[in-house]
Amino acid sequence: MIFVTTGTQEPFDRLLAIVEKLSFTTNEKIVVQAKTAMKLPSNAEIYDFLSPKEYDYFFNNARLIISHAGMGSIISALYKSRPIVVFPRIASLGEHRNEHQLATAKKMMDERMVYVAFSEEELLSLLEKLTKQDVIEPLANVGPFASSGLISSLDEFIRHPNSRTD
Amino acid sequence: MKIVAIASVGGHWIQLLRLKPLFDQYDTIFVSTREDFKDMVQGKFYSISDFNRNNMIGLFKAFTSLTKIMRKEKPDVVITTGAAPGLLGLFVAKLWGIRTVWIDSIANVEELSLSGRIASKFCSRVYTQWPDLAKGRIVYAGNVLS
Repeated sequence: MIFVTTGTQEPFDRLLAIVEKLSFTTNEKIVVQAKTAMKLPSNAEIYDFLSPKEYDYFFNNARLIISHAGMGSIISALYKSRPIVVFPRIASLGEHRNEHQLATAKKMMDERMVYVAFSEEELLSLLEKLTKQDVIEPLANVGPFASSGLISSLDEFIRHPNSRTD
Repeated sequence: MKIVAIASVGGHWIQLLRLKPLFDQYDTIFVSTREDFKDMVQGKFYSISDFNRNNMIGLFKAFTSLTKIMRKEKPDVVITTGAAPGLLGLFVAKLWGIRTVWIDSIANVEELSLSGRIASKFCSRVYTQWPDLAKGRIVYAGNVLS
C-alpha cells in the first residue's frame, strides 16, 4: 500500500495528477488523504479527512509515503523509519500561503533526510523507480524526542523565572 | 510549575509533542485546534478554534477560549510551536503576566516565520531551530529532531 498525504491546507491537485499517473503503472493499493474534486482510478481511495488513528494506521502500514513538504509528515516518517517522498507545495500556484515548503524541501534534500522531487516529471520518475523495488529503504531516521540541547534550554528557562528579559 | 503548551493542527502539533520529556517534568496542559487530539496526550486538554489572518471570527473565539484557559489554569509558562493560534496564546499570556516561549517551526529554514518575528517583539524567549537564524534575542539550542 502507498499512502499519499497532502495536509489540511489548500488543495494539491498537482500532486494527485501524478498519483493518478502512478496508479496506471501499478496494481498496488493507493490511499490518498486530500481535499479534492478529482476522481482517481479504482485502486486509489481518497479521504478528505482522517482521524489520528486512521492516519497512523495508513502511515504505519504503507511501504511508501508520498507527501507535501509538511514537517508533520516528514518528522513522523523519520521517527517511524518509513520511506517518504516529499513534493513541495508552491505558493505562486495557490498551493500555500508562502513559499517555505520549497526551502524546507531543499534543506531536507541537502541533509539527505528524505526523497525529494521538485517537478512533476522528477516526481513521477522517482515514484516509478521506487515502487518497482521490493523493499524501499528510508534515507534517514530520528529518535522519538527533541534534541537534549533544546529540552535542557527550555527546562532552564522554566526553572529560572528571572530569565524574563534575556 | 505549570505549563500550557499550544500548537495548531499538523506539523506544529507533531513538533510540540516531541518536547514530551520536558512536559513530563511539569504539570502540563495541552491546547490544540482539533478536538480528537486529546487522545494523543496524557492529562488535561483544551481545543480552541483555528484561524488565520483572514478569519476575525475564529480569532475572536480563540481569544475568548485562551483567556478562559489562562484565567482558570494560571500557568507559570506558556510554550507554543505555532502557528497563529499559538501566537495569540502567547499574547493572552503576556496580558496575564505569564512568561512566554515561542519555538519557530523547523520548516522555517531561511527566515523566521512572520508569527515568529511578531513573537520576538514581546515574548520572554524565542527559539529558532536552525543555527544560522539565531541572532540577537533569537536563540538556537537544538531542534525537535534527535
